[in-house]
Amino acid sequence: MAGHTRGSGRPNQWLRNLNAKLASIPMILTAVVIFLGGTVWTVVYSFTNSKLLPRLSFVGLDQYERLWAAPRWLISVQNLVIYGFFSLIFSLVIGFLLAALMDQKIRFENTFRTIMLYPFALSFIVTGLVWQWLLNPEYGIQSVVRSLGWTSFAFDPLYNSNIVIYGILIAALWQGTGLVMCLMLAGLRGIDEDIWKAARVDGIPMWKTYLLVIIPMMRGVFITTLVIIASGIVKVYDLVVAQTSGGPGIASEVPAKYVYDYMFQAQNLGQGFAASTMMLVTVAIIIVPWAYLEFGGGRKRA
Amino acid sequence: MNLRSFAAALAVTVALPLGAASAADLEVTHWWTSGGEAAAVAELAKAFDATGNHWVDGAIAGSGGTARPIMVSRITGGDPMAATQFNHGRQAEELVEAGLMRDLTDIATKEKWTEIIKPASLLDSCTIDGKIYCAPVNIHSWQWLWLSNAAFKQAGVDVPKNWDEFVAAAPALEKAGIVPLAVGGQPWQAAGAFDVLMVAIAGKDTFQKVFGDKDEEAAAGPEIAKVFKAADDARRMSKGTNVQDWNQATNMVITGKAGGQIMGDWAQGEFQLAGQKAGTDYTCLPGLGVNEVISTGGDAFYFPLLKDEEKSKAQEVLASTLLNPATQVAFNLKKGSLPVRGDVDLAAANDCMKKGLDILAKGNVIQGTDQLLSADSQKQKEDLFSEFFANPSMTPEDAQKRFADIIASAD
Repeated sequence: MAGHTRGSGRPNQWLRNLNAKLASIPMILTAVVIFLGGTVWTVVYSFTNSKLLPRLSFVGLDQYERLWAAPRWLISVQNLVIYGFFSLIFSLVIGFLLAALMDQKIRFENTFRTIMLYPFALSFIVTGLVWQWLLNPEYGIQSVVRSLGWTSFAFDPLYNSNIVIYGILIAALWQGTGLVMCLMLAGLRGIDEDIWKAARVDGIPMWKTYLLVIIPMMRGVFITTLVIIASGIVKVYDLVVAQTSGGPGIASEVPAKYVYDYMFQAQNLGQGFAASTMMLVTVAIIIVPWAYLEFGGGRKRA
Repeated sequence: MNLRSFAAALAVTVALPLGAASAADLEVTHWWTSGGEAAAVAELAKAFDATGNHWVDGAIAGSGGTARPIMVSRITGGDPMAATQFNHGRQAEELVEAGLMRDLTDIATKEKWTEIIKPASLLDSCTIDGKIYCAPVNIHSWQWLWLSNAAFKQAGVDVPKNWDEFVAAAPALEKAGIVPLAVGGQPWQAAGAFDVLMVAIAGKDTFQKVFGDKDEEAAAGPEIAKVFKAADDARRMSKGTNVQDWNQATNMVITGKAGGQIMGDWAQGEFQLAGQKAGTDYTCLPGLGVNEVISTGGDAFYFPLLKDEEKSKAQEVLASTLLNPATQVAFNLKKGSLPVRGDVDLAAANDCMKKGLDILAKGNVIQGTDQLLSADSQKQKEDLFSEFFANPSMTPEDAQKRFADIIASAD
């Protein structure tokens, strides 16, 4: 998509690198037909009353009206906002702090890095199940603390409608911060040693150097990390299924689960498509301008 | 592999010259994977293999919610199995309308299904535009309250005989540290429990008016308000259940950690597996002991349209095998469900099953909500009731208003 170069009037512009262009045709076709085509198809059918099978009888905005009146969808969106906001902030802050600590030329750095990155090797389903047990009041953290003597200790986020989404957030952070740390660490390693020397000569405290010098220099790494985290947030599904399956009640529902449940369990494709179109719109609003600024407009600055 | 099973099938046909003229491997998909269910399916497979054909078992784990999307996408995707389980009713309606399923009317008239299948509503659910598209195999009813005798003994109260006594006994159970009513966290359990309360408290006619005629006013009316009051009681009594799956909730009743559970007759298999006896270890109250009515939902087999002629012939054999009296008895005893034929003998049935057969014989039956409502409306209902049961701050009045809205837009 970014292969668009400004024509400078040379006639053989299109024939340059012909082999490379030919070789990329299958990929371009895949992108256009499968990704773009599938997306357009979904959006079109979200305006129909398709049930189990897609059919083209248009009902205007009915599916969207029903969607935004459905309490479950509203709760899903609200959960996504809470989950997204905190997981973005915490995974960036914790990930960067861990990376900064790791960057202090400590001993056994490899070991620590491996340990931190291990959770990322587990799938969301496994992560979810592990944390389902850890947060279960009868077997997990609560029962361990109680058996140590603090009998009034209560910690059962997965069974409390008001805070269940934070229980899911804990598991997501445990799984995801290792990767953020590694990305950040790579960014830190890319900073020239001379910058640090100069800062030390000028007597700038270390935290100030990080905050005012290093972080602005790591802009690219931060953007990449943000896009990775943000896309992970919008599609969160398996973690919720494994930990709570949306419960208690519908307190931990998320949009992706709404889409799946209505498309397949409720046999209402139209409603599922409307919900997935809303997810697409969200992603587009957040990520497209960003990606454009970073990757498209970046060339001018460089 | 294929060759060998073909040879085996061939050998069987030679050995049984009076068997079916054609022998074929039929793949049958279903979601019966728990211990008792698998044993019941084995009976069907045995009966079908005896006709000289071969049953290729296609069990899909993870209950209907997981299995149905797989089945539907195989049929719509052009890779149909030879036969598949659905809950009869409206789950396969659109597949039939799209012409993907096979019309069984010929064999049904030949074998007089309309006369042997009782109640007739079962076959009605298989009938679309006057043609029959599925073979019902069993009747499962939802309207049962399972009570743990041990739990009531521990609490020092008598085992209740109806819902009101049960509600009255709840404080005593709570005092003894027992959860009065186990309701698992899966959404369909809360929705199902509400439907059961509705039949028991508001009666058969109101049930039919709300779910059958989709009468919005009845759904907002005083009769249903009473049902929501009862659901409010049930919600209070279910506090502290903290399990997800229905069989875990049943297990709480079996172990005496919970006083009772509203669950369909499939729960009976769990009691049997735990070696408990109806009457002494546990008590069953059909229609919550208030209104002895049972719904006649259940399972049926649908046959996708196949190009292979031999397999199509074998499909007919399978359909007639499923309704064979001997198969019906063997299958349903293991499954804990009721047979779809009124003319078979179930002497080996236990007390609870006999109660069910009695009610069936009296004709106190209603259609199941799977038969009356579309999957879409069912799902909306599940969303509402799983929220209602989990969220004590939602008032019965608000819930009823939302319920009436769902009924108004139901199809």
